[in-house]
Amino acid sequence: MLQLPCPYCGPRDELEFSCGGEAHISRPLAHNKISDADFGEYLFLRDNPKGVFLERWRHASGCRRWFNVVRDTVSHDILEVYAMGRKPRSSAGKNAYNNSWRRTSAAEAAAVNK
Amino acid sequence: MSSQRYRLSGGTTIRTDTPLSFTFDGKSYHGYKGDTLASALIAAGVHLIGRSFKYHRPRGIMSAGSEEPNALVRVGTGAYAEPNLKATQVELYDGLIATSQNRFPSLKYDVGSINSVMSQFLPAGFYYKTFMWPASFWMTYEHFIRNAAGLGKVASDPIDPERYEKTHRHCEILIAGGGGAGLMAAYQAALSGQRVMLVDEQAEFGGWLLSDDAVKIDNMPAYDWVREMQSLLSNMDNVTLLPRTTMFGYGDHNYITLAERVTDHLSPRPSHLPRMRLWKVRVAQVILATGCIERPLVFGGNDLPGVMLASAVQSYITQYGALPGSRAIIVTNNDTAYQAALAFQNAGGFVRAIVDTRTTVKGAWVKAAKDAGIDILSGHGLTGAYGIHHVGRVEISPITADGREITGEAVHMDCDLVMMSGGLTPTVHLHSQARGKLVWDEKHLCFKPGATHEAEQSIGACNGSFALSSGLAEAIRAATKAVKSTGGTCTALSVPDVTALRINYAPMAYWKAPSQAGAGQGPKAFVDFQNDVTSADIQLAVREGYQSVEHVKRYTTTGMATDQGKTSNMNALGILADALGHEIPDVGTTTFRMPYTPTSMGMIAGRDIGGLFDAVRLTRMDSWHRAAGAKFEHVGQWMRAWYYRHDGETMEQAVTREVLAARTTAGLLDASTLGKIDVRGKDAATFLDRIYTNKFSSLAVGKCRYGLMLKDDGMVMDDGVTTRLADEHYHMTTTTGGAAGVLDWMEEWLQTEWPELDVFLTSVTEQWSVATLSGPHARAILEAADISVDLSDTAFPFMSMKQGYVSGLPARIFRISFTGELSYEINVPARYGVALWTALMKAGEAFGITPYGTEAMHVLRAEKGFIIVGQETDGTVTPLDLGMNWIVSKKKPDFIGKRALERTSMADPKRKQLVGLRTDNPDDVIPEGAHAVLDPNQPPPIDMLGHVTSSYASPNLGYSIAMALLKGGHKLIGETVWIPMLDGQKPIKAVVTDTVFYDAQGDRLNGTSSS
Repeated sequence: MLQLPCPYCGPRDELEFSCGGEAHISRPLAHNKISDADFGEYLFLRDNPKGVFLERWRHASGCRRWFNVVRDTVSHDILEVYAMGRKPRSSAGKNAYNNSWRRTSAAEAAAVNK
Repeated sequence: MSSQRYRLSGGTTIRTDTPLSFTFDGKSYHGYKGDTLASALIAAGVHLIGRSFKYHRPRGIMSAGSEEPNALVRVGTGAYAEPNLKATQVELYDGLIATSQNRFPSLKYDVGSINSVMSQFLPAGFYYKTFMWPASFWMTYEHFIRNAAGLGKVASDPIDPERYEKTHRHCEILIAGGGGAGLMAAYQAALSGQRVMLVDEQAEFGGWLLSDDAVKIDNMPAYDWVREMQSLLSNMDNVTLLPRTTMFGYGDHNYITLAERVTDHLSPRPSHLPRMRLWKVRVAQVILATGCIERPLVFGGNDLPGVMLASAVQSYITQYGALPGSRAIIVTNNDTAYQAALAFQNAGGFVRAIVDTRTTVKGAWVKAAKDAGIDILSGHGLTGAYGIHHVGRVEISPITADGREITGEAVHMDCDLVMMSGGLTPTVHLHSQARGKLVWDEKHLCFKPGATHEAEQSIGACNGSFALSSGLAEAIRAATKAVKSTGGTCTALSVPDVTALRINYAPMAYWKAPSQAGAGQGPKAFVDFQNDVTSADIQLAVREGYQSVEHVKRYTTTGMATDQGKTSNMNALGILADALGHEIPDVGTTTFRMPYTPTSMGMIAGRDIGGLFDAVRLTRMDSWHRAAGAKFEHVGQWMRAWYYRHDGETMEQAVTREVLAARTTAGLLDASTLGKIDVRGKDAATFLDRIYTNKFSSLAVGKCRYGLMLKDDGMVMDDGVTTRLADEHYHMTTTTGGAAGVLDWMEEWLQTEWPELDVFLTSVTEQWSVATLSGPHARAILEAADISVDLSDTAFPFMSMKQGYVSGLPARIFRISFTGELSYEINVPARYGVALWTALMKAGEAFGITPYGTEAMHVLRAEKGFIIVGQETDGTVTPLDLGMNWIVSKKKPDFIGKRALERTSMADPKRKQLVGLRTDNPDDVIPEGAHAVLDPNQPPPIDMLGHVTSSYASPNLGYSIAMALLKGGHKLIGETVWIPMLDGQKPIKAVVTDTVFYDAQGDRLNGTSSS
């Protein structure tokens, strides 16, 4: 069982948390018109890398707060945790963030008011 | 009563002042405190313990530890019986009752041993090959196979009467294995003051040192050193010593699971203690000192009772004071067996000969054996062992230097004990579970720990360091390092002086004895004793084309028994490598998984069984419902009153009575379970506008509105009525089952996507008790219940909320309706639930008030065509599919699900849409889940239109009604469809209708009837 360092409560057993899947997916705003295919990417496409992954976790049986985790899916090493709305600061986390195909996707671009 | 004929005077763990009696297969025996069942049976001269898994061969005791593959017994009786326990691990207690397994009618005369005669027809993969075709026959075969194969039987009573506990712990350093290295590491680590746990699966700490009477540590006998270390450790407050505790699992991030056997060895068992305790420990640094396991040698007849591991014989003599035979043949490929031979001779046994597969033998132990007058046959192998229920004779042949060929005539020798040693296998299971790598040690012919993944270190024999002095040195180094890395300090101790004869441990590669007989002839040579896998099976698998060790393992089942191949894996690898012509490290190993030893499911469940398995939620009116004879149904964790059965009523009659009452007089429903969420904050209205498909910012204070929630894929996820209590304060209701999910869902959006919104969510489901009063007399009853609020239509219209008092109880009253009748949902602080309920029942008595349950509620809402999320919807249904376009705002710029509803596929006319069904025969009630078709006579496969989501006999309408999700359903209204039935029943004919069956104008909401 993993031990996750909740940024608000400290290290706790995995069973106190629930995993919310891939992090840094923004919701396209309805008034920014994008194609069905681009919207489908936001809705359905999730990465499942072997290696460093940016994930959202929630301390469900604790403070109930969401936060981001940089986790190596092979070694299960927790490389970094950081608050919602922030970006990773570790080099592994930054690489994973910047190298994600999502950074250039139409759905991400449609998530800001235009 | 049998005497202990083979009991010796000594025994490092035997307490001769505490005699114990026990029975095995109904016969009484004696032993002592400190015995295992195995050692007590050996002392009594009993060697036939059980029958094997597949061939029902007679089996005895091979080892002295948890690696035992043969001596599996059932202990206890009745509901307390536990099968497949290793006699070598069962601690003796007074009154122990043990029974042999897998034999009929008796251990000595077993019918199933015919399998042994038939064995040439039962090769590897036999079941796969034979019972493949026809597949339908498997059902027939399986019964016979299950009875013939297998081990012990579980207790017949399904309820385990034992109690089990779980406990959690954190510590800096945990050491698994309390032998010499483990004790040393624990003491070194404990000096730092850090929290240290030392666990060992045996009853006493000491490990191999309990069996070694030839070694001295700091000039004292090893056992005295063990006791001294133990007393030092037990006096330290920061140390937890756990004997009888197996570290069976090594999880991520050093999450360690321990199985402690608390009372299995006690008689009588103290009732205040659990039988076993599961420890879940998060550890900063783990030190593995799990020792090693001796390998058997693979020769024909090596499974006979009386063929034992040499180290086990030494343990029975030195630790338990029990002599396993009187005339022994020792067969070995290394030096370690010489010490066992001498121990046997010193204990009064006669060593017939040491058969050593190596051509040249030398060294201190060889000299000691020669000095003791023992015959040594070097360059020889044991090529067969013979006997009926016990070994009585062995065949010894001269062999080539590489051990593969026989070079001459065999000699035969009588004996009643064979002590074999095929070398030592480090117990790397836990290191491997922790995803550590293994490396091949060519000198010692074993895999040992390589790179680690978790924060763990292996020391001593499990690290391939078989000499005690190097184990102790590693212990000090590892403990000091572990202390340092957890932020502690300690001064390294000096390594104790070890005085022992030097062993130059370098076993010869001799994975399988050559045979005097031809291929397939002669006695079977077992590799995996518990699963009855022979060397011939492995060779056959290779001939049949299996190459990967993972495939050979599964095909032959070697290493797949409950012992996970502790004694067999290395021999199997050696034979496989030979057969493939590869080197062992190139063949690779299989993966070790938890548990290290079989672990009781009862312990893993702990107290989370029966009523404690899952929480049950009861409303505050629950006791009233029970007293009124209610039947209950589970809705999520809630128990809801399903219907109230009067004497002599069937369920159908009760539900009909309740449904009619709600439309003719008044019905009362316990609606407390409905999810309730308090939504507050400056941006509460904005937030709800985004969460719901319709608008809530425009809702006036004191007004209620029904809302539909979608996922962002446009599918319906929940619904409910939300009321505006104040400008920045809403009271949301959700479905009973969806409450927790809706709260989590809204929290997720607030925290992750819209953190700028000032909104606070609080679950208030359990703060309110809710009674729903519904029916034409609802208003009159509330007035009779002394309500403080003006109930007139103008003062208190439909879809509004008032605060006031009902029978003196403070209440929020919502005029909303799930029945279509004039209806009030009365919310009072939860603790007034029963008071409110009884007050309403009393006030309504004269008006014919009738409590109704969830079944009547379902019928009533279906008559009105109201959906239930989760019944009419299944995560693939949009509001448009439900015909609820009216609730989807066209004006709001955005809401969750809006974009998805605009996808072109959502407008597909072939989507399944919700419609009503009215059966041609008013008495036909369609089964829910049944499928509808247009043409029942179409040859299969028939085109399916969709399925029935709700179906009831409607007492108010006098006919059967149903709702269904049908492809293009909205266009089918007025058409006839058929619902084919199972088992040759005639299909049901029905007409597609609108979903509102009753009071389409909605007049009854005001308490007046249009008809």
